[in-house]
Formats: sequence, C-alpha cells, structure tokens
Amino acid sequence: MTTSPLRRIVVGIGNPERGDDAAGRVVARRLRGRLPEAIEIVELDGEATALLACIDGAAEAFLVDACSSGAPAGTVQRFDVAGTPLSRGTFGLSTHGFGLVEAVELARVLGQLPARCVVYAIEGAAFESGAGLSSAVAASVAEVADRLVAEFGSQRNTRERQDA
Amino acid sequence: MARRTIKVDYLARVEGEASIKVVVRDGVVQRAELSIFEPPRFFEALLRGRAFTEAPDITARICGICPVAYQMSAVHAMENALGVSVTGPLRDLRRLLYCGEWIESHALHIYMLHAPDFLGYAGAIDMARDHGDIVRRGLALKKVGNEIMTLVGGREIHPINVCVGGFYRTPHRRELEPLAERLKLARDAALDTVRWVAGFDFPERERDYTFVALRHPEEYPFNEGRIVTSRGLDVDVAAYDEHFEEVHVERSTALYARLRGGGSYLVGPLARYALNFDRLSPLAQAAAREAGLGPRCTNPYRSIIVRAVEVLHACDEALRIIAAYEPPDRPGIAIEPCAGIGVAATEAPRGLLFHRYRLEADGTIAEARIVPPTSQNQASIEEDLANYVGDFLELPDEALQHRCEQTVRNYDPCISCATHFLRLEMDRS
Repeated sequence: MTTSPLRRIVVGIGNPERGDDAAGRVVARRLRGRLPEAIEIVELDGEATALLACIDGAAEAFLVDACSSGAPAGTVQRFDVAGTPLSRGTFGLSTHGFGLVEAVELARVLGQLPARCVVYAIEGAAFESGAGLSSAVAASVAEVADRLVAEFGSQRNTRERQDA
Repeated sequence: MARRTIKVDYLARVEGEASIKVVVRDGVVQRAELSIFEPPRFFEALLRGRAFTEAPDITARICGICPVAYQMSAVHAMENALGVSVTGPLRDLRRLLYCGEWIESHALHIYMLHAPDFLGYAGAIDMARDHGDIVRRGLALKKVGNEIMTLVGGREIHPINVCVGGFYRTPHRRELEPLAERLKLARDAALDTVRWVAGFDFPERERDYTFVALRHPEEYPFNEGRIVTSRGLDVDVAAYDEHFEEVHVERSTALYARLRGGGSYLVGPLARYALNFDRLSPLAQAAAREAGLGPRCTNPYRSIIVRAVEVLHACDEALRIIAAYEPPDRPGIAIEPCAGIGVAATEAPRGLLFHRYRLEADGTIAEARIVPPTSQNQASIEEDLANYVGDFLELPDEALQHRCEQTVRNYDPCISCATHFLRLEMDRS
C-alpha cells in the first residue's frame, strides 16, 4: 500500500473479555465523535499481522494498549516509537505472544512503520476472563482519550498556524 | 544425582496460559509436563441458559486465531440437535470461510512462529531483517485468508455473519470475483511456501502416533465426516464419547483427552493428512510429493510442510468453490427450536474440535461441552518432549530450551507457549 499523507489512524487494542486488557478498545470507543471525521478509529485484538496490515500505509498511527510492566495500575506511558524501538518487557501479554511490539518492530524492519507512530500504554491490574475494567484503569482510559483528542487538536492548531 | 530442570513459565492472556517443565535425572528425562489453563471450560458455563442462536457468536470468542472453527462446530451441533441440514451454496460458503481460516492461521504459524525455529532466528522480526521478501510473502498469504473471513464472515476476526441455519447475508458473485484473482496469487505463494519449508533441516524423529481426524467421502475434511483413526476406528461423530474420554490431571486446569482404554492420540495437520491424503487436490498432492512427503508423515517437525500443503489445498479449494458458486435464494434456513441433543466435530486448523449441546424445548442451552484440539494433543506433546528431549541433552541450556519450544510449536498449540519469549529456569544440582 502506498503511504497516504492524509491517512491517520487510532487503534485500540485488546481482548474485550479479559478485564483491563480491554483498556485500549474502550479508549477507541470513547474517541468516537470526538476526533475529526478523517481520522480512522479501529479496534483490534492485537494479533501482530492484523495490526501490521491495519497501520500499513498510514502517515500517522496512535496505538493504545494495556500493558503489564510492573508499574502501579492505571499508570499511563507514552512512547514515540517512530525513532525508538519498543521494549518487549512492557508488553509481555499478547495473543500468541505475537502482538503490538512485534507489529511495530516488524513494520520497522519491513519499512512500513508510519512516519509518526505513538503508543499509549495503560498499566492493567487484572486480566481475568469476563471481568470489567478496574477502577484505576477506567480513570486512565478517560485520561488517554483526552490526551489523544489534545494530540490531534494541537496538530490542527499547528497546521492552522502554518496555514496562516 | 545430576538434576537438570528445564522450566518454561509463562504469563498469558487470550487463548490460554501454559508452561513447560522437563525434569532430567542422571541424563534421563524423568517427566515432561505441559500445563495449560483452558478457556473453553469458562465458556461452557457461560453458554448455559443462553439461546441456541447465540452459540456461534459466543464460542467465536474462545479464540482470536480460529474463531471459525468454534462457530462451525457450534452451528453444526445445533443443527444436529434441531434436525436441520444445511446444503448447497450455504454449505459451500461455510467451507469457503473455513478455507480462509486455515490460510490465515497456518500462514501465521508457518511464517511468524515456526519458521524462525528452523532458520535459527529468535523470531519473525529477526528473520525479516534477512528475509524481508519471504516475510512479506507470508503476510500477503495470510491477508488473503483475512479477506475471505471479512467477505464471508463479516469481519476478519470473530466473524459475525455466521448463524445456525446459514448466514445473515450471503455474497454476490461479483464480490467473490476480485477475491478469486487474489487467491490465484495466494495459491502461487502457497506453492512457493511448500517448496521453501521443504528445504529446512529437520531432526529425524518418527513416532507411531494414533492419528484421529474426520474423513468425508469426497472432500478433504473441514465441516463434515466420520471420525476415523489410523488404528482402524471409523465411527459417526455421535459415537465420540464411546471412544474418547477426558480426564482431569491435578497439576493442570485443562482436561486431558485420551482414547478410552488408555493412550494418547493426535489430531491436526499430520492426522488429517495421513488419513485423507487421497482427498487433497491434485496440485496439493503433487506439491507434497515434490516436497518429499509420502502419503503419511510421522515426523512432527515436518508438520510445517504438511501445514503448507494444507494452505495450498485451501487456496485451491477456495478457488473451486468460488468458480462454482451460485448465490442461494435465502441466506439461511429458518429454524424452530425444540428439545434435543446435538453433536458435531469440524477440523479446526489445529485439529478435531468437538461440540455437544443439550437444548431445552425453547432452544435454551442446558448443557454445553467443547473439546478443543489442543487439549486432545496435550498428552502427545508431553510424550514428544519426553521422547525427544533426551536425545538433545548434550545441547547447552539455551539451545535445549529452544528445542523444547520448537517441539511444542510443532503442534501450533492454541496457547501462548507458541511464542518466542518463553522464560527458562535451569535448576542443576
């Protein structure tokens, strides 16, 4: 796929049936109606090749996922991965162990990584089958949604300034 | 006493959690254990009290890699309980959907999870640095499987278009035509895949497995057939419980399946292939022969070749189905609920997937039982570890761990130990 200078995408990643693992997907749902229409909002389970195909050709990609790095539950981390590889230690949990980190790094090796690629990671507390979000993660989901709105808002403001 | 413990712990999510532990004393493997936490048990409880119509969508959630298998076993079991038979184009579309899942699942395993084992890479990313074009070919192949899932199933993962009695919507011929063009390219890529993996170095290890798979009078099995074994059993799916049983093993939350009367058995590509070689498409048979496979393969490390042959067959079969497709008059058969018991087995990418349901008169699910392929293969995986690891004990720890993981990955188990970042704890004393 050729890179579109206009294609921008937000991907919420996780398993909706496994507690805090759903965090990324809930962020995606919270963003609906809050971002410019041209920005794609997608939910994925996080299997690497599907994620790779999803971000292929995008100029900008924002990926949101739950993580388990040992930080306090609800901790939000932001990684600018276009220049810096992701640590596997942060995102140890994924479908078949082949998930977000592999998608980003495979995209980098294959020359398919979007020029701007940012990962938001929300530290999960519990990943039990059938559970909902923990309270700490629910609060962080709202925070990350606001920060993403601001990311795109600030971009728009920058462009408007440039246009002016 | 020289003790060497190879222990691979794993934390997990989604399909399951597993760990490997091999205990060696005085140079002899004492025992090998693969412990699995198994999500289907949770789903069996979740299904009780739900309407029969909900089973395909609920069971699809069991696995992000093989949701079609769960949906297919669910709808066939429900139709069995309700006395309905789905035929013609609707049946063909189900087979087409299954082709998509086999292509997607097998391509993922061959290229991203298993091939790095044979080529000496830590994983697909490292392999891609040296073999970018090959990895791109694998991704392109998998993508065509995804496209089938999207078109027939409604979306790539956890399809939503499957229902008891058929589909909610069926595709037009013109929607399938562009897919056929991409499938022709995928078929070429699949043939290249067979040739590529056939050139790997394989440990020479053979085992006299009891193979178990479906067998159909005309087709390489997806949705339908009798249960047959390499020991001569040939029974209707309804007789599954008379010949196979599940037992609880204390150290694992998974149930182990075994033959009644004792003994492990094997489901999946090696079993399907050995019991149905004559049902493969001529192109797939020729490719298998060219790759050096006979009509039966008992070396589990060569399962990667058999998987590649199955991808080729699935591409071929999908093209055949599309060429012959005439849209049905209706997307599905209307079904009235009634009390009953229904069973079905279909061939998930990893092997036979058995479902059994008991329905109340209003169609409410009273009982549900799901026997996934990985739990059926669990005993065989442990026996492979116990049998083979002893021959590799001279390897340094890292290489030995790698060989253990590779041995487990031969089965493409639907658990997270099919990854490349398992942890090893060596305990020598």
